[in-house]
Amino acid sequence: MMRWTHWINFPVITIMIWSGLFIYWANDAYGISILGFTLIKFFPQWFYSYFHIPHRLAEGMAFHFLFMWFFFINGLLYVAYTIFSGAWRELIPKKDTFKEAWLVLLHDLHIRKTVPLYKKYNAAQRIAYSAIILMGVGSILSGLAIYKPVQFYWLCWLCGGYHFARIIHFALTIGYVLFFVVHILQVTIAGWNNFRSVVSGFEVVETATGGENTVIKNNLENGTEKSKEG
Amino acid sequence: MEPRNQKKAENPLTIDQKIKRRNFISFGVFFAVGGSAITGWRWLLDAPEESPGVTGSARAPLRRALNKTEIFFRNFFSNNHLVKTYPKERAAKNVRVNSLIGIQDDQSFDIQTWRLEVRISPKETLKIGIEEIKSLPKTEIIYDFKCVEGWDQIQHWAGVKLSDFLSHYKLDSLSERNYMGLETPNGEYYVGLERDSVLHPQTILAYEMNGQPISNDHGAPLRLIIPVKYGIKNLKRIGVMAFSDSRPRDYWAEQGYDYYSGL
Repeated sequence: MMRWTHWINFPVITIMIWSGLFIYWANDAYGISILGFTLIKFFPQWFYSYFHIPHRLAEGMAFHFLFMWFFFINGLLYVAYTIFSGAWRELIPKKDTFKEAWLVLLHDLHIRKTVPLYKKYNAAQRIAYSAIILMGVGSILSGLAIYKPVQFYWLCWLCGGYHFARIIHFALTIGYVLFFVVHILQVTIAGWNNFRSVVSGFEVVETATGGENTVIKNNLENGTEKSKEG
Repeated sequence: MEPRNQKKAENPLTIDQKIKRRNFISFGVFFAVGGSAITGWRWLLDAPEESPGVTGSARAPLRRALNKTEIFFRNFFSNNHLVKTYPKERAAKNVRVNSLIGIQDDQSFDIQTWRLEVRISPKETLKIGIEEIKSLPKTEIIYDFKCVEGWDQIQHWAGVKLSDFLSHYKLDSLSERNYMGLETPNGEYYVGLERDSVLHPQTILAYEMNGQPISNDHGAPLRLIIPVKYGIKNLKRIGVMAFSDSRPRDYWAEQGYDYYSGL
């Protein structure tokens, strides 16, 4: 279940970002500036031209308001499964997670040689994979707040008003893109065996004794002992 | 090698074979599902445009999805859900003009002879002058006007509540019909509104903006202010009002936008 929802999420979120750009273009108000000097404008003209963004608002809304359903249902399935299977225990941060995540970071940056022992996800993964779920929830809530600000006025209020809800919705999207970049990098480093496991659901481990391969369930399924990077 | 052969006799698959087989199945499924996902996406991307009618310009399956989504979200609509209002000081002094469709090229328009035409039946039309409308109870609203493009502005409007107008002219039975259609005098801009939004207590026929008669660019002498809809439904310079059970034509729905466009 976790593998299915993971892979479904990838194209769905891509379409949501793509159609979201069509919508954002019609009022592209955001940027980052310091003391009146614009550092980044979301988005520069070359970016719009390259992805054929301009003048597609109606089309973007039509795609966005269809695929929002898939995004929502897929996310709901993932969360429901995680809760009912007990997999959440491997996922949500624990007391020492934040301290350990720092050590994982130092290890990943080749500053530290060892990593604290973990079962399925290491501390940094616990934080990252829990945060991305919260971000998904945030996108749905802020999205609804912008979509029906009158009927869901309380949601709009909760998001700090119409303007702020739109900013949250936008910022979370930038967050997904950054997550994606780091995620791809990590997956590339973790290697083929890890990637295969996310497709097939098991991982091949060379056992110490005879060199015979054994099979363990992968890191998107329930807890198995291992101390390998993922 | 001995134990392994024995094992093979009982169970014909070695662990390596099992790994190969499971990999083969998993990746087979992965690529099959991935392939059909791509095929499905291509189908949607290349889907034919809906046949032009009350709505148009959208891919047919996407239009069906928009209409289904409308039905779902209309469940959350309530006349008790009011648009947030603001104090007068917050209202914009320079009110944004985003579009003049339906009013800019109308040479024959004369504000002195303007009458609101209400189509009561195929034969009968009610014609109402602006002074008569101004004599009805006045409702003011200062709220955040929202454009489908994504911008918004706090604006100050005043006029007669549409529901007050309808009951004053004894149009209640007509307004029980599913839709109201509004058009500019030249018929170049037109919107369709479902009954719930028409009767919402904050929907008004406006003749004042910031305490002054509405200027031409904002839709003089009478325009629609409907805070439960995007700006595209807030028709300027109303010429004709009609009622129907099916959707009236709608300018932006013909251009691929959601017919409902409710907030």
